[in-house]
Amino acid sequence: MARVLICIPAYNEEASVAAVISEVAAASTDWEVLVVDDGSADQTVAVARAAGAGVVSAPFNLGVGGAMRVGFRYAAEHGHDVLVQIDADGQHDPAEVPAMLAALNHGPTPATVIGARFAGEGDYKAPLARRMAMRLLARSLSKMAKTKLTDVTSGFRAHNRAAIEIFAHSYPTDYLADTVESISLLTRAGGSVSQVPAHMRPRMQGQPSQSSWKASVYLARILIVLGLTLIRRPGPSDVRGDE
Amino acid sequence: MSGVEIIALIAAVVTIAIIIELVRRRYIHERFAVIWLLVTIPIAFFGIFPNLFNRLAHAMGVKEPPALLSVLGVLFLLLICVRLSSEVGRLQERTEILAEEVALLRKELEDQTGPTAIEPEGPQA
Repeated sequence: MARVLICIPAYNEEASVAAVISEVAAASTDWEVLVVDDGSADQTVAVARAAGAGVVSAPFNLGVGGAMRVGFRYAAEHGHDVLVQIDADGQHDPAEVPAMLAALNHGPTPATVIGARFAGEGDYKAPLARRMAMRLLARSLSKMAKTKLTDVTSGFRAHNRAAIEIFAHSYPTDYLADTVESISLLTRAGGSVSQVPAHMRPRMQGQPSQSSWKASVYLARILIVLGLTLIRRPGPSDVRGDE
Repeated sequence: MSGVEIIALIAAVVTIAIIIELVRRRYIHERFAVIWLLVTIPIAFFGIFPNLFNRLAHAMGVKEPPALLSVLGVLFLLLICVRLSSEVGRLQERTEILAEEVALLRKELEDQTGPTAIEPEGPQA
């Protein structure tokens, strides 16, 4: 039986994190739940703890990438076989995790399964620039991973042990880069990235950005991230490697 | 010695004195201390012999010696900026890793002694 860690990065998510935790518990009682509080100013820590999750609290905001790296490090140190990452805003349905676990390769090569928004497009209206960014990203990363990926920025993912060990050291922490760069990092390390369809629900709180100006900035940043991903060596520059 | 030359000399002396004093007090770290101390050499040299700089410029085919000075100065500052950028990136990376370690250690401690052992400070950023 694989030891599964459900890792929920949370930044000011007191309104939704408890519901996510109880949904996870409802989906399976075999999984350990870890909320990585990313320097929240609200009651996220207390709420998550009251809901029965383990809580790791960062001293200041690290960004999703940094929060995830904490989760990966925790899983690496505590011997988990699988880390499943779920957003704290409630847009991912923990009931779909077993399907992801079934699709995950539990062998010695690093593997990630992405819970991808159903059919990729259509059910979700976004400005043109944002859609273009998503399509461009999906296309280039699909090429890299040699499989069809439709939702590469999805934060609903399952990683096997070998992937956990890689990401514990070098999960990318740059803004926006974490989701994108982690895919290229894994494929470069000889791992495989695949996807299973997943339904995304409306967020319980917070709004996705819809303005076209923001979308254009997002497109530009995605392009930069993609360009950097292609030329950069993976992982932190020099700090790691020999702990 | 003309007035300009005296001003140049004084400026050079003051610059060198400041740099050496900062290095001596360890306000500038070794890595950068070397760069800055090396800079003091041409400053001192051309402060004392401004004519040599003019000759150097002419030998290089530069008609206006001050233009050469500006170009060299800008290039040098550019290099320093690049160096500082990479340094900042490294520091940021290390800070993040330390924060991650702190978070994990705090959890371990709390698991042993109960959640009230350390009160999280909340965001200071």
